[in-house]
Amino acid sequence: MSLLKISDLHVSVTGTPILKGVNLEINQGEVHALMGPNGSGKSTLAYAMAGHPSYEITKGKIEIDGTNISELDPNERARLGLFLAFQYPVVIPGVKVADFLRHAMSNVRNPDRKEGEKLIPMREFRKELRDQMSELGMDLEMARRYLNEGFSGGEKKRMEILQLAMLKPKFAVLDETDSGLDSDAVKVVSEGLSRLAGAEMGVLIITHHERLLEFNQPQFTHVMLAGRIVETGDASLAAELHEHGYSSVRERHPDVAAEEVVEAV
Amino acid sequence: MSTSSVNTSADIPAGFSEAAFEAFLTTRDEPAWVTESRRQAFKRYTELLETQLDPEEYRRVDLRALRPDRFQLSSSVESAGAQQASTLLKEQAEFAGHVTHVDGQLISSELSEELASQGVIFGDLATIAREHSDLVQKHFMTKAVDTNTDRFSAWHAAFWTGGTFLYVPRNVVVDAPLHSLITLQAEKAADFSHTLVVLEEGASATLLEETASTSEENLGLHSGAVELILAKEARLRYVQLQNWNHKVWHIAHQAGRVENNGFLQWTVGGIGAKLAHIHQDVVLDGRGAEAEVNGVTFSTDQQVHSFYTKQAHNAPDTRSDLLYKQVLRDHARAIWRGMIRVEPEGQQTNGYQRNDSLMLSSTCRGDAIPGLEIEADDVRCTHGATAGRVDEEQIFYCMSRGISEYEAMHMIVEGFFQTVFDRIPVEVVRETLNQAIIKKLGFGR
Repeated sequence: MSLLKISDLHVSVTGTPILKGVNLEINQGEVHALMGPNGSGKSTLAYAMAGHPSYEITKGKIEIDGTNISELDPNERARLGLFLAFQYPVVIPGVKVADFLRHAMSNVRNPDRKEGEKLIPMREFRKELRDQMSELGMDLEMARRYLNEGFSGGEKKRMEILQLAMLKPKFAVLDETDSGLDSDAVKVVSEGLSRLAGAEMGVLIITHHERLLEFNQPQFTHVMLAGRIVETGDASLAAELHEHGYSSVRERHPDVAAEEVVEAV
Repeated sequence: MSTSSVNTSADIPAGFSEAAFEAFLTTRDEPAWVTESRRQAFKRYTELLETQLDPEEYRRVDLRALRPDRFQLSSSVESAGAQQASTLLKEQAEFAGHVTHVDGQLISSELSEELASQGVIFGDLATIAREHSDLVQKHFMTKAVDTNTDRFSAWHAAFWTGGTFLYVPRNVVVDAPLHSLITLQAEKAADFSHTLVVLEEGASATLLEETASTSEENLGLHSGAVELILAKEARLRYVQLQNWNHKVWHIAHQAGRVENNGFLQWTVGGIGAKLAHIHQDVVLDGRGAEAEVNGVTFSTDQQVHSFYTKQAHNAPDTRSDLLYKQVLRDHARAIWRGMIRVEPEGQQTNGYQRNDSLMLSSTCRGDAIPGLEIEADDVRCTHGATAGRVDEEQIFYCMSRGISEYEAMHMIVEGFFQTVFDRIPVEVVRETLNQAIIKKLGFGR
């Protein structure tokens, strides 16, 4: 069984410290929820895990089964089994969904693959793509479109889940995958995730909402405040936060709350 | 075919002096009108050398290192060389005919008997100018490219070495594409090939032309012209894939003219050459005439790719649509100066031009200058130009899916070109351009 372990993680963005010592352990097969007010550092954690070049790890480490991945390129992390579902998926003009996925899959399934080496066989790929798309209720025609170009918010999020389904990571981080979706779309995404997240996948769901968690009961709920995880509980903590907001968390952790950067709205 | 006055083994001195011109003439076996037109053009060339080039067209194109006197026209050629040129297209599809030139000399020419029996004429221009003298005389530099435009058009008109001629009679539809390969082989060889396509009313054809070098090292010169003449309701797809080595100067005047309800689809691929400057006009002469112009260029190292394009709307209800997609890397430069010109008669026309550049290094430079000149008052003309670098967020997104940075860059560049490939209905052309781009992307790694 694989373990994703984050210890004392400090991350800065353009010199500003955002994460100030995050500790988190996720076993394969577990579902964790990460909640917290805007600006608390949830997305920063997601980007730092995936290896975005603007997110500088100044201290601490991220390990998969004892391998420190915090110095690795994003593609190497992906090949070790890490996946990030983006809050704002990027448009890649002129690159067809199917071509993109076939390249991605070939690299993740065959981590030693070099540029230009052969891709997974077309027939095998097509079959799997067809199966996964129909499971997610996606029109096959979508595979011929350019990645995320002209996609609606719901289509983009569904495309992230399709990629998750095709790449079968050991650890998946979902950054606000439920934001900006109507309730039907949340349902599709949630059901898709619950079908995929079995014993083989550890999942970190970053969310403001409870809806994604209804279908994906977390064993652990973490609350982030001002760049630290200040509380960890079970699914009932997520429900409580959803109902009552973060004021009680702030009251319980006045020192950390004092460090919060108040965003101008 | 030779007559006693022709000396095909004569040595032509290097350069383009009067002595070189006279020696060149002795190697030619051609109708009197051709010789006369060459003499007039040579006179014009000599005069135009003394005048300034149009700064609007040439201001950004540095031609100081072009030394015509270093290059030499050949009067004969080792035919073996044609095998060595890496042709991208030739083996890729079923063609109804081929023409191959090396260093301005014809190597081979063929046309399917079926097409020949329908009256289609396809082959090398020098031979056909003898065999169908009146037909060639009627169209050669009379309608599309004007000898007198500047020193390069006159230079070409004086020294044109041969080229490709295609004639399709009225209502004859040629489905399979025709292929022309223009090769440079000898060190400091010059190719002055001329492409002349004449489609009669309702005729239809596809011509794929490519240029190539047999070595990566030899210097070369191409001073060319392309003339595409479409009668009413004719349809032509013309592709020129410029794929010389990086030591060839490529200068060309190219023009297409389209009569009523004709349709010209013209695709330009700029991959090779040290410096390429193409003056490209599409002229819509008849009501309902239509032209689509696609440009795909990829400039690397110290290459310069320059295009001076004009979409001229001389008649009502005409439509032109130009899309150039240009990728630059290293210290390369790309220059595109585009103009849509609508005459007072050109009411209800629709003109569009767009240029997108993608910069892969901080040391490359692209200049894209669109322009409109509209004399009619009821038209729809739009233009646009974008320039950008590869987006870091796109690279990160690809990498987060296991794709290496280098492969992500490939994917994004191919994707950038995809929107223009989508407009090219001939698969072999899309594939060929894509292969050329992939090959080039791999340079220096």
